[in-house]
Amino acid sequence: MTVAAIPQAGERAEFRTCTATGLKVDLAAERLIIANAVAAVVFLLIGGIAALLISLTRWQVIHLLPADWFYRLLTAHGFDMLVAWIVFFEVAGLYFGGAIMLNARLVQPKLAWLAYILMIVGAVMVNGIVLAGKADVMFTAYVPLKAHPLFYVGVILFAVGALLALGIFFATVIVAKVEGRYEGSLPLVVYGLVTAAIIATYTLLSGALAFVPALFWSMDLIEYYNPAFFRNLFWSFGHPAQQINLAAMVAIWYGLAAITVGAVPINEKLSRLAFILYILFINLGSAHHLLVDPGPSFAWKVTNTSYAMYLAVLGSMIHAFSIPAAVEVALRRRGHTRGLFEWLRKAPWKEPGFAALVVSMFVFGWIGGVTGVTIGTEQINMLAHNTLRIPGHFHATVVGGTTLAFMGFTYYVIPLIFRRELKFKTWATWQPYIYGLGMALVAVGFVAAGIQGVSRRHWDITFAQAPFQTPVPGTVSLAMAVFGIGALIAIVGGIMYLVIVLASVFTGAKIEPRQATLMIDPPPAMGYLSDKEEHNRKLQPHGTWVIVIIFLMFFAAYYLSNWWLLGRLWIVR
Amino acid sequence: MIAPPRIWWKPLGLYERRWLLIAFVWSIFLTAMMPLWFFLGRQNVPATTYRVEPADFQQRVMAFTEQYQVDTLNGIPVVEPPPGSDVYLLARQWQWYPVLKLKKGETYRLHISSVDVLHGFSIQPLNMNFMVVPGYDYVLTLTPTTSGEYAVVCNEFCGIGHHVMISKILVTE
Ligand code: HEM
Ligand SMILES: [Cu+2]
Ligand SMILES: [Cu+2]
Repeated sequence: MTVAAIPQAGERAEFRTCTATGLKVDLAAERLIIANAVAAVVFLLIGGIAALLISLTRWQVIHLLPADWFYRLLTAHGFDMLVAWIVFFEVAGLYFGGAIMLNARLVQPKLAWLAYILMIVGAVMVNGIVLAGKADVMFTAYVPLKAHPLFYVGVILFAVGALLALGIFFATVIVAKVEGRYEGSLPLVVYGLVTAAIIATYTLLSGALAFVPALFWSMDLIEYYNPAFFRNLFWSFGHPAQQINLAAMVAIWYGLAAITVGAVPINEKLSRLAFILYILFINLGSAHHLLVDPGPSFAWKVTNTSYAMYLAVLGSMIHAFSIPAAVEVALRRRGHTRGLFEWLRKAPWKEPGFAALVVSMFVFGWIGGVTGVTIGTEQINMLAHNTLRIPGHFHATVVGGTTLAFMGFTYYVIPLIFRRELKFKTWATWQPYIYGLGMALVAVGFVAAGIQGVSRRHWDITFAQAPFQTPVPGTVSLAMAVFGIGALIAIVGGIMYLVIVLASVFTGAKIEPRQATLMIDPPPAMGYLSDKEEHNRKLQPHGTWVIVIIFLMFFAAYYLSNWWLLGRLWIVR
Repeated sequence: MIAPPRIWWKPLGLYERRWLLIAFVWSIFLTAMMPLWFFLGRQNVPATTYRVEPADFQQRVMAFTEQYQVDTLNGIPVVEPPPGSDVYLLARQWQWYPVLKLKKGETYRLHISSVDVLHGFSIQPLNMNFMVVPGYDYVLTLTPTTSGEYAVVCNEFCGIGHHVMISKILVTE
């Protein structure tokens, strides 16, 4: 290990050189990455315990928790998973992309620690007040359901901390350029992270705009807070926040494809265009949550829900082609050129990062993407709003997709950043498949129940204590059983992940890694395609083409069948 | 992971061009479906909304109930308004008020609003869902096309009694 001290503009950054990749690693950045990643995993653990308990309650056969604890833990689950786990991990990812991948130093590590402390204090505050039973309002906290003021304070502190971290990331990328730490354009992975950070900035500002008045209102300093207005502001934060996850996840997909098969984007222009489409259009998505609200007009709803003609969806469809195509071309370049799918058969299925990449892309795109575009259609939303179809959709996107991609990425961060030998490597190979299978079943079970009208956030679908009861059809019980079994499988996958990570971080042997891959030999370093390669018929993504066409047919079938379902409803205008 | 070559804005490959085109056409189709359905379809999201003071709305519901009550069901009035009329449904923690009796094939202007927090108006097992927001009178111009007994459940979390908030819509031939 070499440690070089480079004084810069009055700051002293200390670097080591990574033995596997040759990158220079700023030690201050490294410590911050470790701290943020550990916090992320701890909140995943807490959110996971809540997930187990609420799943066993929603699965009516078991119906474990009493009502108040179900709603309480559902609130905690939403916050700890969607906010704490994801954002802590993203901050770690931003420091990694901004400093380490660019060979640069992290500017202002002290401020970065301040950001970290704000986020920790905020998240702990929210958890404390929720578990104390003073904020049974769900993480969405729709006004006029009132929580204890500390709940809003916690959320605001967390958001301020995250904003600070974003500022540090932008400064780091700019300083890296000024100091000439890297040559040419930003690598695509960092470019994706910059996209995520830009979206995050305006998202968090909307969040502050929603929550600061809510805080005053909860302290009785303002008397009335318009609930419709709060919903709009909340979702201007809540929905684009999902696109941060999307952009970060796509960046990680490119990263995993590069590490595990040596993939290079086959067309940078297209991939970058797709990210630009995200920045431009994805902030309109708050409308997805307001489609059946009183107030907005048809024109407003349609323009917003479709991201101005589905141009952000177009961005995702570009990635859905580009990434598998990059993987295919990389494998074809290594000689697996026979037929349409030899490359798939010869792919490194044993490598955890590759498994995570493929499963994450599949669950995200085929389940999450297709269901999302469908329920986000203005009229079809009448069939789906607040039913279990909604959690079904986002457990495929942010859980089966984003979370799984982050999990896969962690297995590489541990040796490279924590410099610990990864323990239980065969578990790491299996984990993405198990977790992905579980989540796919959760999502499918939820969607199937939701199509039959089962509500989300509901403690008792039999209405046993209510003045009227409704029979629960056998098909609903079946859908809920699929979900319940899937939840248990996913929990097993989640536990495997936590055991691997915690065991490696705390008891793994200290190492200087020699290579980035875990189970296979590292793929040969391959540069961008030469002109000759680009025109070689054997190196074209023929297999991916077939896959995306089948995908589109599946998409169309699901989408159109929902219009058919809609046509059977009562007439309404 | 690696920095791209200096010149990376190269022309697209054949498959890429084709996919971009298909994806673009698909996006246009997805967009076009909504206005098409708006003009041709029979199920569209209502947009008629009025601001209303919760207390005023409650009064209207009470007057409406008194005028057209025909029965009670588990202690809640059952109301049969004439076809074509304005019908009121109140959401409050944790009850829908009153129970509605409608005629198949007739059109009603159904006003929904809340006097406290958000609620979700969900007709089951038909599965039609709308938000109920205090301060807003949301008008659904609704024509039941099937008869029978339907449940109205609340599907927006509205506090600890959320899961007991259920009522009925009875549709007669
Ligand atoms: C083993 C993994 C998981 C299981 C079994 C699970 C299960 C559940 C269940 C049963 C619900 C309640 C659905 C309802 O009644 O409406 C729920 C809600 C939710 N989950 Fe998960 N979940 C898991 C992981 C995650 C992860 C990793 C995330 C985020 C990254 C996440 C985000 C959410 C959110 C945002 C909600 C909605 C909360 C709300 O309605 O306020 N879940 N989950
Ligand atoms: Cu309610
Ligand atoms: Cu409710």
